[in-house]
Amino acid sequence: MLELVWLIPAFPLVGFLLLVAFGRRLGDPLAGYVATLMVAGSFAAAVTVFVGLVALPPEQRFFLQQLFTWISVGSFHVDAGFLVDPLSMTMVLFITGIATLIHLYAVAYMKGDDKFSKFFLYLNLFVFSMLMLVLGDNLLLTFLGWEGVGTCSYFLISFWFTEEANASAGKKAFVTNRVGDWGFMVATFLTFFAVGSIRYADILVKAPTLAAVTATAIALLLFVGACGKSAQLPLYVWLPDAMAGPTPVSALIHAATMVTAGVYLMVRMSPVLEASYAWAPQTIAWVGGLTALFAATVAVAQNDIKKVLAYSTVSQLGYLFMAIGLGGYVPAIFHTVTHAFFKALLFLAAGSVIHGMHHEQDMRRFGKLYKLLPVTAVTFIIGWLALAGVPPFAGFWSKDEILAYAWQENKALWAIGLVTALLTAFYMSRQVFMTFFGRYRFGDPSPEELNVAWDAKIAAQSVAADIATQAVVAAHEALATALAKLGDAEAAVSAARAAGSDARAKADAVSPADLEAARAVVEAAGEDKNARKAADKALKDLEKLAKDADKAQTAIGKAEDVLTAARQAVSDAERSAAAADSDSAAARDAIAEVTRRADANRPRSTIVPLLSAPDDSEVADFLPHAVEHRRRYHPHESPGLMLAPLVVLAIGALGAGVLNLPFTRSAHVLENWLEPSMFGSETHLAVSGPGLVALAVVAVATGLVGIVVAAAVYLKGKGDRAKIEQPILEKGWGVDGAYASFMGGPGRKAFELTARFDQLVIDGAVNGVAALVRQSSLQLRKTQSGYLRSYALGISIGAVVLLGLLLSKAAF
Amino acid sequence: MLAALLASEAVSPPFHYLLTALIMVPAAGALVLFLMRNGRPDTCRQVAFLVAAVTGLLSVALLVKFQQADGDFQFVESWTWIKDYGIGWKLGVDGISLFLVVLTGVLFPVAIIAVVPEHDAKPYYAWLLVLQAASMGVFLALDLFMFFVFFELVLVPMYFLIGKWGHGNRTYAALKFFLYTMFGSAVMLVGMVILVVLTHRATGADITFDLRTLANEQALSTQTARAVFCAFALAFAIKVPIFPLHTWLPDAHTEAPTAGSVILAGVMLKLGTYGYLRFGLYLFPEAARWAAPLFLVLGVVGIIYGAVVATMQKDLKRLVAYSSVAHLGFIVLGIFALNRQGITGGILQMVNHGLSTGALFLLVGMIYERRHTRMIADLNGLQKAAPIMAAAFTVVMLSSIGLPGLNGFVGEFLILNGTFTAHRWYAVVAATGVILAALYMLWAYQRTFHGSPKSVENERFKDLNFREGGVLLLFIAGIVFLGVYPKPMIDRIEPAVDRLIAHIEDKSETFTAPEVSPGSEVEVTGEAGSKDAGKVVAVVVISPGKKAGAEELTAALHVAEADAEGHRAEAQTEEHK
Repeated sequence: MLELVWLIPAFPLVGFLLLVAFGRRLGDPLAGYVATLMVAGSFAAAVTVFVGLVALPPEQRFFLQQLFTWISVGSFHVDAGFLVDPLSMTMVLFITGIATLIHLYAVAYMKGDDKFSKFFLYLNLFVFSMLMLVLGDNLLLTFLGWEGVGTCSYFLISFWFTEEANASAGKKAFVTNRVGDWGFMVATFLTFFAVGSIRYADILVKAPTLAAVTATAIALLLFVGACGKSAQLPLYVWLPDAMAGPTPVSALIHAATMVTAGVYLMVRMSPVLEASYAWAPQTIAWVGGLTALFAATVAVAQNDIKKVLAYSTVSQLGYLFMAIGLGGYVPAIFHTVTHAFFKALLFLAAGSVIHGMHHEQDMRRFGKLYKLLPVTAVTFIIGWLALAGVPPFAGFWSKDEILAYAWQENKALWAIGLVTALLTAFYMSRQVFMTFFGRYRFGDPSPEELNVAWDAKIAAQSVAADIATQAVVAAHEALATALAKLGDAEAAVSAARAAGSDARAKADAVSPADLEAARAVVEAAGEDKNARKAADKALKDLEKLAKDADKAQTAIGKAEDVLTAARQAVSDAERSAAAADSDSAAARDAIAEVTRRADANRPRSTIVPLLSAPDDSEVADFLPHAVEHRRRYHPHESPGLMLAPLVVLAIGALGAGVLNLPFTRSAHVLENWLEPSMFGSETHLAVSGPGLVALAVVAVATGLVGIVVAAAVYLKGKGDRAKIEQPILEKGWGVDGAYASFMGGPGRKAFELTARFDQLVIDGAVNGVAALVRQSSLQLRKTQSGYLRSYALGISIGAVVLLGLLLSKAAF
Repeated sequence: MLAALLASEAVSPPFHYLLTALIMVPAAGALVLFLMRNGRPDTCRQVAFLVAAVTGLLSVALLVKFQQADGDFQFVESWTWIKDYGIGWKLGVDGISLFLVVLTGVLFPVAIIAVVPEHDAKPYYAWLLVLQAASMGVFLALDLFMFFVFFELVLVPMYFLIGKWGHGNRTYAALKFFLYTMFGSAVMLVGMVILVVLTHRATGADITFDLRTLANEQALSTQTARAVFCAFALAFAIKVPIFPLHTWLPDAHTEAPTAGSVILAGVMLKLGTYGYLRFGLYLFPEAARWAAPLFLVLGVVGIIYGAVVATMQKDLKRLVAYSSVAHLGFIVLGIFALNRQGITGGILQMVNHGLSTGALFLLVGMIYERRHTRMIADLNGLQKAAPIMAAAFTVVMLSSIGLPGLNGFVGEFLILNGTFTAHRWYAVVAATGVILAALYMLWAYQRTFHGSPKSVENERFKDLNFREGGVLLLFIAGIVFLGVYPKPMIDRIEPAVDRLIAHIEDKSETFTAPEVSPGSEVEVTGEAGSKDAGKVVAVVVISPGKKAGAEELTAALHVAEADAEGHRAEAQTEEHK
C-alpha cells in the first residue's frame, strides 16, 4: 500500500489541472466540489499509505519512492522522490484531513464570488505544494513545495486584487518569505558541500559526522528559512497582513498548514540540529520564546477578530520553535497537530461570524452573538478552551508538554512560556467575551459615528440660525417700508384736511339767506330767459360749493382711514421685527446650547464602550446611515455546509489530546509513533509523576487567571480597558511601521541613488567618451559623411589592413 | 519525410550539411526577400515565416539526431576557405551550443508570428532572416575568423531593426549599440590575430584559424595568453553585457521593436556568454582561471546592481531590460565557477533566460500595442480586464524570479550551488539576488495588473487574442517542461561540459575543478521509465531511540537494497512464469 504514496500529491495536482482547463465551465459550486473531492481523494490515499506504514514493524517505517530524476549534474543528484515515514505521514494526514474540511467550508463561504473556480484552483495547487514539501525525499523537493506554498499564499492573499491593500499584503508575504528562502537555499548549498547529497536519507546518516560548525551553520540557515515561512521574529510581519485573504485561506494556509512548514523542516533535520553547537538550538528556543511572548502582547490589543487570531498564530508558532530548540521535537509535532485543529477551527468559526455579520470584522461591534450564531459560538468556545490550555481540551496536553520541557531545560524560557500562556488565555477570553457575550453592539454607533452625528446636529442648528438671521433682515426691511407708507398717509391726510377746510370756508361763506335770495332771484327772473339763465347758474354754483365741501369731508375721512391702516401696518411690522429678533437670538442661543451639549456629550475617547450603550438619544436623527443599516441587519447563522466542518474540527480540538497522553508509556501514542523519525535526537522528559502534575496545575491556574481577569474586565467592566489596550501594542510595538518607513525612506533612497548613478555616472561616462571622440574628430569632420555605414566600413577596412599586415609579416 | 529522415541511423548523408543548411537557409531566404519586387506585407511575412520555420525544423532535427552521450563536436563540416591564411568554413555543434542553436531556430519563427511590423515589411523580415543566419553562424563556427565575421555580421541587421523599426530614441540606441559592440570586436580581432600569428610562429605549423587546433596546440606564454584573453574577454563583456559595460542594453532593448527585443534577449545576449565558454575557457584555460575572481565579482555585482536599478525603473520594458543584466550576472557567475554544476547551470540559464525574458518582452509588446505606453504609472488594474494575459504574465514572471518547478530555478540553483562549491561567499551574496528579483518583479506586477483600473483605456483593455495566447502557450510549455524535467537537456549538455573541464584541467597544471565528491550512501534502484518506477525501492530499517542510529541506517539501507533487488528478481521470475 505504501507504493500508492504518489497518489497523495497526484490528486490535488489533477484537481489543479482540471480547474485550469475547465474551472470556468464547471463554475459555482461544481468547481468547488471537484476540488474538495480531489483533496478528499488525497486524504483517502494518505490513510491507505498510513495503514500500510502501520503494518510494518516500527523500525522499518522508512520508505522511499523515486519517480524520476529531477536534476542531476556531476556529483549532484536529486530525484522527484517521496519519503514516507511516521513524521511525513503525520503531517500528510492532518494536512489533507483539515484541507478537505476547509475546501468544503469554502464552497459555501466563497459562494457568489466571480472568481469562484480560480479560488479552488489556487487552493488545490496549494495542497499539492504542501504535500510536496512534507513528502519530498530531499531538501530541494521540500524547497519546491516551500516556494510553491509561498506562491499560492501570494495568489490567495491578493485574491481580491482590486483593493490596493490586498495586493500589497500579498507582495509583502512573498518578498518577506524570500528573505527566509535565501537561508534555505544557502543551507542547501552547504549541506551538499558538506554531505555530498541533499537527500534526507543521506543527510540523516551523515549528520552525526558533520563538524559542529557546519552543522550549526546549516541548522541556523534553515532556521532563517523557517523564520520566514513560520513567521518568527524578525520576519513575522507578513502574517498579520496576510489576513487580507479570504478566511478559509487564513485557516488553511496561515494557521494550520503552511506556517508549520518551518517546524516540519527543523524536526526533519533534527539530527543536524543535534550535531551543532549547543548555542544553536538555544538560539532557536530563545527566538521562539520571545516571538511567543511578543506576539501574545500584541494580540491583547487587537480589535479585528482575524488579527487576534493571526498574532495568536505567530505566538503559538513561537511556542513550537521554543520546543524544538529545547529538543522537544515530539511535543512540537504534537502541538502542531492540535494547533492545526483548534486554530483552523477558530479561523473558520471567525469566518462564520464575519459571514453572519455582513463582513464586519471589528469585535467591538459584536457581542452576545451566542444567541444568534449558536453553533458557531459553541465551536468557537471549544477552540478557545483548547487554545487557552484548559483541560481536557487538546491544547492543554500539547502545550503542557512543551512547558514541561521548558521547565526541565531552561527555567527562564519556562517563565516566558508561562507568561505567554497567561496572555493567551487572556486575549482569547477577551475575544470570546467581546464576540459572543455581553451586550449586542452591532447597532451601536461608534465614537467616530457619534462625533459625526454631533457635527451633523451642530450643522443643522446653524442652518436654522442662518434662516432666522435672514428673517430678521426681511422683517426690518418690511418695517422700513411700512414707516415710509405711514409718512405718505400722514401727508395725504393733512393735504385733504387743508383742502376740506378751504371748501368748507367757501361753502360757509354762502349763507342760506344768499341761497334763498338766489332762489327768489330765479323766481323773479321768471320769463326773462337771460336773467333766469344767469340766476340758475349762480344757484348751481352755490349748490356746488356746498357739495364740494361735503366731498372734501369724505376725502378727509378716506385719508384718515389710510392713515389708520398705515399705523396698523407699522405696528405689525414692528411686532414681527421684534419677533424675528428674538427668534434669531434664540437660534444663536440654541447653537451655543447644542455646541455645549456636544462638548459635554461627545465621546471622550476612541475607546468603544462595551458594556453600556453609548448615549445617542440627542443625536438619534443625525446618525450616519451605516448605523441604521446595521440596526436593520439581522445576523444569521451560517449554512450547514460551513457548520459541518466546524463541528468536525471542534471534535478534534476537544479530543486530539488523546494522541499523546502523558499517563503511561503506551499512552504516548504520538511519541512512540514518531520515534523512528527522530533518530534518537530528541530530548526525553525526565520530569514525571508528581512533578508533571504540579507543573500542569501551575499552568492551568495561570490560564484560569487569564480567563478570570478577562471576565472581570470584559464582562463585568472592572478596571480600565484602556490600560490594557495600549496603542503601542495595537501597533505591534511599531516594528512593522519601522520596517515600512525604512523601506519607504532610506531603503528607497538608496535604490533611487543607484539608479541615478547608473544613469549619470556609468552611462554618462559612455556618452562622455563618445562626446570626447566627436570633439576631437572635429578636424576630420569634413572627410566624414556622418553615415554609420561608412564608419563601419572604415573600421572593417582598418581591421582587414591590420590583419593583412600581420599576416604578411608572419608569412615572410 | 522529415520523420523518415530522422528515423535513419546516425548521421546519414542528408545530415552531412545540416549545419551549413542552418546558416544558408535563412541567408537564402533573406536574399529572396531582398530581391523580391514590391512584396506585399503578407507575402513577405509568409515567406519569412516559412524560411524561419524550416530553419527551426532543421534545428529540431539536429536536436533529435544529436548523440547525447558524446561530448565532442558533432555534425562537423570542414572546408578550406582561404587557404593561405588557414581560414576554413568549419562548423560543429556540441552540448554547449546545441540548445542555443535550437533556441535560435525556434525563436525566430515564433517572433515572426507574434509581431507584425508597422511599416516596411519586406526589409524587416529580410533583416530578421539575416540575423537568424548570422546567429546560427556564431554558435556553429569552429573557425576563429568565421566566428568573427558572424559575430560582426549580427550587428548589422540588429542596427537596422532598432534604427528603423524601433521606438522613440531609436537612432541614439542603435548607434550606441553598434559602436559599443564594434569597439569590443575590434579589440578582439587584434587579439585573434596575435593568437594565430604567434601560434604559427611557435609551432612552425601552417597558419590556421581552426579553433580546435588553436586550443590544443597553443604555444603562447602565460603572459601573452592572458593579454590575448583580455582582448577576447572585453569584447564578450560588452556583448554579454557585464557591469559596468551594460548601458547600451537598456537603450537597445527599450527602443527595439518587440521582435527585436525578443531576439536580443533570447539569442544575442547569449553571444557573449557563449563566447566565454567557447573562446575564453576553451582557448585560454589558464588565463580564464587567472581572471575568474574578477568575473565572479562582476557577476555578483551585476546580479545585485541590475536588480536594484530594475526596481526603480518607470518604464516596464526598461525594467525587464535591467532584469537581464541581473540574469546575465548569474550566467557569468556560473561560467567562472569553473565546475560542472556552475557551467551546466550557466548554459541552462542561457536558454531559460531566452524563454522567460523573451516571453516578457512579448507581453510588454502586447501591452504597448494596446495602450501605446510602457510607463508603469499609466498602467493599472489590467488583471481585471485581461485575466488571461495576467495569468501568462504571472507564470513568466515566476519563471524569471526562479520559482522551483519552472525553468529559471534549475539553472539558477545549479549556478549558485556550483559557485558555492567553488567560492562559497560569492554564492551567499549572489543568492540575495533572488530576494531582489521577487521585489522588482512583484512590485511591477502589482502596479501594472493589480488594483482597480484608473482610466477608461485600462478598463477596456483587451485580453489576449488567439494568436497571442498560442504563442505564449508555447513559451509557457517550455518554461514548465524545463522546470519539471530538465534531464534530457542536462544529459546533452553535461558531456560537453565534462569535456571542457577536462580540457581546462589538462591545460592548466595545478587546476582541478572544484567539485563535491558524491556522498550518497543510499543507492535507490529502479529507474524512471522502467517498470520499477513508482514502486517500493527501499525499505529502511531503523533502530529507534539510539543516537547511533546513523550507522544502523546505513547498514539497513544496504540490506534493504539487497532485499529490494531480491524482490525484483523474484518478481521477474514470477513474470517469466
